[in-house]
Amino acid sequence: MASQAIIFRETREGRGFYILLAVLGVFLALGAIAFFYAEHHGHYVTGMTNQVVWGMPHVFAIFLIVAASGALNVGSIGTVFGKQLYQPMGRLSALVAISLLLGGLIVLVLDLGHPDRLIVAMTHYNFRSIFAWNIILYNGFLVLSAVYIWTMMDRHAKAFYKPAGFAAFTWRLVLTTGTGSIFGFLVARDFYNSAILAPLFIAMSFVFGLAVFILVLYCAYKWTGRELGDAVLNRLRYLLAVFIGAVLLLELARHLTSLYIAQRAGVEAFILHDGGIYTQLFWVAQILLGSLLPLSLIFCRKLKNNHVALLLAAGFAILGGFAQLYVILIGGQAYPLTLFPGAEVSSDYFDGAINAYTPSMWEFMLGVGGVALSLVMVTIGVKVLRFLPESLSDAVAEPHGGK
Amino acid sequence: MSQNRVDEYRRKLVMAAGGVAAGAAALASGFILREANAGGEAPTRPADQAVTNARRWGMLIDVTRLPDGGAAMVAACKQEHGWGDEGHSSDAQKAHWARVVKVTDKLTQNSFSLPVMCQHCEHPPCVDVCPTGASMRRADGIVQVNKHICIGCRYCMMACPYKARSFVHENLTDQRPYSPRGIGTVESCNMCVHRIDEGRLPACVEAAPDAVVFGDLNDPGSAISQALKAMGGKQIRADLNLNTGVRYHGI
Repeated sequence: MASQAIIFRETREGRGFYILLAVLGVFLALGAIAFFYAEHHGHYVTGMTNQVVWGMPHVFAIFLIVAASGALNVGSIGTVFGKQLYQPMGRLSALVAISLLLGGLIVLVLDLGHPDRLIVAMTHYNFRSIFAWNIILYNGFLVLSAVYIWTMMDRHAKAFYKPAGFAAFTWRLVLTTGTGSIFGFLVARDFYNSAILAPLFIAMSFVFGLAVFILVLYCAYKWTGRELGDAVLNRLRYLLAVFIGAVLLLELARHLTSLYIAQRAGVEAFILHDGGIYTQLFWVAQILLGSLLPLSLIFCRKLKNNHVALLLAAGFAILGGFAQLYVILIGGQAYPLTLFPGAEVSSDYFDGAINAYTPSMWEFMLGVGGVALSLVMVTIGVKVLRFLPESLSDAVAEPHGGK
Repeated sequence: MSQNRVDEYRRKLVMAAGGVAAGAAALASGFILREANAGGEAPTRPADQAVTNARRWGMLIDVTRLPDGGAAMVAACKQEHGWGDEGHSSDAQKAHWARVVKVTDKLTQNSFSLPVMCQHCEHPPCVDVCPTGASMRRADGIVQVNKHICIGCRYCMMACPYKARSFVHENLTDQRPYSPRGIGTVESCNMCVHRIDEGRLPACVEAAPDAVVFGDLNDPGSAISQALKAMGGKQIRADLNLNTGVRYHGI
């Protein structure tokens, strides 16, 4: 294990630490205000309706939850696949994973109609429900990631490092399969109801998690004056490109399959062509800005070793991820249910109509609060415990020139 | 009081059964429904007796005999349960346990209207997906929400193919004591379970007795089973193979 030669050190106390916490604290407070406001009045203050039942909070929550499992990937590449360059980043990878998951879960829970009944969700299980399985998978992920960190931090537990890494890696794959299946198992909606959503969500998790990890790693090192070499950054850069390619491939397969099936032609035409904001988000935000632009930034020869290009690539990949989830979640609900195939339906309750959805300020605030919580946890984590190697310069990360 | 009504329904049931036997091959679709025009039967279940799967409640709606497309049925449901008058909620947020849907075939332009509510599936997707088991199917086939353990995640609403479920978006007042509702929980047609347990018919069935037969799908001799056997009864989205308890004639 390469980390034996690596010295891990807490970040120093300084003004920057407190400024960062204060800024994040503002967003946390906004999230708390949004929660109490919606909790007091009821969900009518949000843009969510009985037609579009899951909205912006779910886009944020699922992004964070999917990104969480992807963030652990950096550690897994070191532990499971034995790539030494990644091993020093294992601790941070697991910390980011836990933080993102908790940030996502808090948004999900606080958006419930009855967040006060969280204990019910923990004590009443319907094992036919993939949602119930997800509750177990989330909790297990937190425990396994914590154990994984422990085996990396405590040399007495070093014997369990590999098994813990393997267990966490396997668990995270199952977890994201479960997250994708939340939609994959929905028989009634034309845009979901497909097994490909499970692998698609896994590929998405690789992108989202890695993009967030790159930004966190870069900021953590630059803001604390630590050295971060091109060896690490370039490896992460090309890894991000591979993952973006995987998502594009699965999206292509998904949409082509749906275009081929007459039953789904309507919803495909809606998303890809006639869907207004959803069509724009798909082509412009997800495909162009979120996939092709990062790939260009990564593979442009002139931008090799260019840190700004990498940060932009990661940032746009995150933007594309949000757009992708928005299209899947909201777009899939905006398209009406098919009650009578081949017929037009209408009613005084929006049957046959494209459902409108405008996210409210409260939903944004709640979602941003979840993001802030994740970042606060990472910020405090690296401050109080030894998550970050003192240096990730090329000499440290690749002492023998890399392999 | 309810015993009298039950007796009346039983009488109608016998008449309907007799009608089937006598009518033999020349059964017109309306005939069965006319003969069973009290809307079916619902024997009283003593409160100390557990619900069993011996019965499976269902209803057959003859759309051709609903000149208003079922608007009176929807109005009766609304009156019975008090949904839809939420003051703060937008039209898209207000609860709708039932609604009238107009259907027009794109090719033939053939058109009809029908009331759509919870279809009380034998294999309800909403029950499968509910994480806590709040969305449940009673042994006698009634699908409903246990509002004590509903956490308000709305996954059942994502899963329902019929958009039969509503989420309560605000605090409620003036609720019906026999049909409690609650902010932050999901609700839907429960076939007027409070009435059925007292041996009464669901409110919507009473509102359209000439067009709807209610009864026990498990009893081959029941008016609804006889009517279904004679006339057939289609399911909405039969392709999903959910085996709905609500069936339609004329769609």
